[in-house]
Amino acid sequence: MSSRRIFARPARFAAIVPYVWMALFFLVPFAFVLKISLSQTAIAQPPYEPVFDLTAGWEALKAAFASLSVDNFKLLGSDDIYVFAYVRSLTVAITATALLLLIGYPIAYGMARLPKRWQAVAMVLVIVPFWTSFLIRIYAWINILQHDGLLNQILLALHLVSQPVVWLSTDTAMYIGIVYSYLPFMILPLYATLAKMEPALEEAASDLGAPPWQVFWLVTFPLSLPGVGAGVLLCFIPIVGEFVIPDLLAGSSSLMIGQTLWLEFFTNKDWPVASAAAIVLLVVLLVPLLLYERLQKRQLEQGR
Amino acid sequence: MRKVFRLSRFNIASLALGLAFLYLPILILVLYSFNASRLVTVWGGWSLRWYREFFNDRAMIEAAWMSLRVAVASATIATLLGTLAAVALSRGERFRGRTLFSSMLYAPLVMPEVITGLSLLLLFVALNAERGFWTVTIAHTTLTMCFVAVVVQSRLGSLDRSLEEAAMDLGCNPVRAFVAVTLPLIAPAIVAGWMLAFTLSLDDLVIASFTTGPGSATLPIRIYSEVRLGVKPEINAICTLVIALIAVVIVIASLASKLSSSQGESAAPLEPSDGHVWCSGTTRHS
Repeated sequence: MSSRRIFARPARFAAIVPYVWMALFFLVPFAFVLKISLSQTAIAQPPYEPVFDLTAGWEALKAAFASLSVDNFKLLGSDDIYVFAYVRSLTVAITATALLLLIGYPIAYGMARLPKRWQAVAMVLVIVPFWTSFLIRIYAWINILQHDGLLNQILLALHLVSQPVVWLSTDTAMYIGIVYSYLPFMILPLYATLAKMEPALEEAASDLGAPPWQVFWLVTFPLSLPGVGAGVLLCFIPIVGEFVIPDLLAGSSSLMIGQTLWLEFFTNKDWPVASAAAIVLLVVLLVPLLLYERLQKRQLEQGR
Repeated sequence: MRKVFRLSRFNIASLALGLAFLYLPILILVLYSFNASRLVTVWGGWSLRWYREFFNDRAMIEAAWMSLRVAVASATIATLLGTLAAVALSRGERFRGRTLFSSMLYAPLVMPEVITGLSLLLLFVALNAERGFWTVTIAHTTLTMCFVAVVVQSRLGSLDRSLEEAAMDLGCNPVRAFVAVTLPLIAPAIVAGWMLAFTLSLDDLVIASFTTGPGSATLPIRIYSEVRLGVKPEINAICTLVIALIAVVIVIASLASKLSSSQGESAAPLEPSDGHVWCSGTTRHS
C-alpha cells in the first residue's frame, strides 16, 4: 500500500465535523424553507401554521401532507410584484455582468501583460478593496453621488452641467455600485486564465500576419473563455439576489427579488410567501450554480 | 511585430483607470472623515470631531464590540472546520458523499446572502433558539468556513506530497506526519484563512440581520440603519476606523504569507500564484 493511500483514511475522518456542520446549518435549513413555503400564513409568532408535527404519529402526518398548500407558489405566479421582481433581478444581473466583463477584461488583460513582479503588486491592489468592507464601499459612493456630492461639485465647477444632476436613487447609481463591488470577482478569474496563457500562441498568430484585433478575437479571447465563464458566474449569481446595493443606491420604484424577499420577511412578516419566493429564486439559480460546479471541476482537473 | 504583446499604452491606461476607480471612493471617504464641517461635502478644515462623536456613541460602540466578538469567534471556529474540510478534500481521495460535501462547501460562496440568511433564521426559529451572539456566530461560521476551505485547499494542492510521504517512510504515522510536516507548511494559508473569515464576518450585513435578535445589532446593521436615514459624517469616521483595522489585518496576513515564501511558494490569497483560488470561488459580498 502506498503511503498516499495510508494518508487517505485519517484524512477522511477529518471530514466528519465539517460535514455534519454543513449538513446541519446549510442543507437542513433549506428543508425548513421548503416546509414553511408549503404552510399557511398565520398572525402569530412564528407567523405560519405548523405543517406537520413529527410526534403526532403516522395518521396525523398523512393528514398534514394532504393539507399541504401550494397557494404561496400560486400567489407568486399571479402577483405582478413577484413576477416583476424576478424579471428585474435577471435584467439587472445580466446588464451588470455584461458591464463587469467589458470593464474587467481590459484591466485583467493589462495585469497579465505586466512584468511578473508587477503582476503580484497589481493582484494585491485588486484584492485589497475586496477586503475593505462592502457596506463601506457602497457608503463611499453615496458620499460621491448625493445631490451636493463630489461628482456634482466637479461637474458644476467644470461647467459641464448648469445644475446638480440627480445621481442617487437611480439605476445608474445602482449599476455603479454593483460594478464597483463585484469588479474584483470579475478581474481575478480573468487574470488567472490570461496570465497562464502561452504567449507564443499570440505571437504565432501575429507572425502569420493577423492584425492585433484579430489576434485578440481569434486567439486570446477564445482561450480565456474558462476565466470569462468563472467571472460571469461568480458575479451573476450573487447579483440576482443582491439586496444592499439596490436598496441604498437605486430608487424604490421597482424592486429586485432580494429586496422583495427582505420586505416580505421583515415588514409584511409573511414568512410562507417569502420562503416560496426563496425556493423559486433557488431553482432559478440552480442552473448557473450547477454550471459553475462543472466549470470548477474542469478547472481543478486542468490545474493538476 | 512583437509589440502587440508588450505592455501597450492601452494596457497601462485601462489598469490605471481601473485602479483609480477602485481606490478613489475609499480615499475620498477617509479624507472626509477628518472634515470639520457638518456638511459631508463642504470642506471645513481638519478635525477629529467625528471620531470623538463615534467614541461617545454608546450604541455604535456596543455594536462594534458585538461585531468584533462575533468575528473573532466565528473566524476561529471557521478556520478549524475549514481546515479539516480542506484536508478531507485534498488528502481524503474518495469517500462516501464526497461530491455532496464539496458542493455544500462551494455553494455558500455564490449563494445570494438573502437566501442563506433566511434559511438559517427559519432553522433557528424552528429550533426555538434564542437569537443573538451565538446564532450570528454560527451563521458566519457556516459562510466563512467555505472560504477558509478554499484558501487552505489551494495551498494543500500546491504542496509537494513527497514531503509527507518521506515523513511516513521514516516512520511517522499519517496524523503525526500531518502535524509535524504538513501543518507548518500550510500555516500561512490557515492564518490567511482566519483573516479572511474575520473580515468577512466583520463586513456582513444581510446574514447578520436575519440571524440576530433584538438588542444585539452588529456594526454593519447599525451603520446600515444610520445610512438609510441619511448621510452622517460620523459614519465616515467609523468606516475609516474599520478600514484601518482591516488594513492591519491585511498587513499581518501578507506578512504571514511572506513567511512561507522561503519555500518559494505562496499561501495567502494575496499572492498571485493563487489566482486559481479566485476562479475556484470567492464571493462576498456580502
